[in-house]
Amino acid sequence: MEVHLQFLTKKKILISFALLAFLIFCFVTLNKALNENKIYSPIFKNEQVIYLPDLNLPKLFSSDEILLGEVAKYKEFSLVNIWASWCVPCRDENDFLKSLENISSLQTIGINYKDKKKNSIKFLNDYGNPFKYNLVDYDGTASIKLGAYGVPETFLINKNRKILLKIIGPINNDHIKRIREITND
Amino acid sequence: MIKKKFIILVFLFINIFGNCYSENKPYSKLENEIAKNLRCLICQGQSIYDSNSEFALSMRVYIKDQINNGYSESQIYNMLVKKYGQWIVYDPGYSKKTFLLWFIPILFFLLGGAIIYLRIYKSKKI
Repeated sequence: MEVHLQFLTKKKILISFALLAFLIFCFVTLNKALNENKIYSPIFKNEQVIYLPDLNLPKLFSSDEILLGEVAKYKEFSLVNIWASWCVPCRDENDFLKSLENISSLQTIGINYKDKKKNSIKFLNDYGNPFKYNLVDYDGTASIKLGAYGVPETFLINKNRKILLKIIGPINNDHIKRIREITND
Repeated sequence: MIKKKFIILVFLFINIFGNCYSENKPYSKLENEIAKNLRCLICQGQSIYDSNSEFALSMRVYIKDQINNGYSESQIYNMLVKKYGQWIVYDPGYSKKTFLLWFIPILFFLLGGAIIYLRIYKSKKI
């Protein structure tokens, strides 16, 4: 045993320690990078101000189109919710959206995502219609222009379409609290 | 035996028809090129080109629209990076955040070269 140890010179020990430290450093960095949340939300990074693009969207209950910016001007705050009848979490979300109806400075805008008209109207009849304005995104391109990932997704914007809050996935009680805080209700 | 061969032949023909129909997808070369360079954000380890998710299909329509609107490939990437962040493109590009990514391999290459050079130089001396 002692004969073997003679080969471990100081230099070799130092090098192996340095190598080990380097490997640990690599592991920690990579592990940190892998665990980082990759969902990008522009508002919370660098306090950058992002505006929702102004889009011309068709209405659900009539054949004419309307500008999103036009609708947003009607009230101080607007909640833009992207939903679909085939989206299961959207059903649970419906009740949360209805609970926001009593905020006087807020209006809800629903964007129906890649859905059949018949199914979406049935959904609104079955679960209730929480939206003041119902707009449609037939092929999903409008959602991409808005910077959304899919359904359900929610933006809280002000009169000038400035994004105040972006919720990816279904709304929960914490989000409702945040929305009430922002709208000063 | 003949029956077996016939069945195999039939299956081969089915495959041929499958290929014919898959070729019918109306995506241009540029559209596919862009789709290959974009990451499908809601899928795991797939590009927009590989994926058939709703997000990817919408993105393909979006790419087509933007090309028809006269935007160039790099303009489309820039627009999407603004909306979805750097993560959506596979090519990270040069920036303050990613310079290490580009710089470290070169550094290692030079370091390795230096070590090899020194080793050879030393051994010759001995």
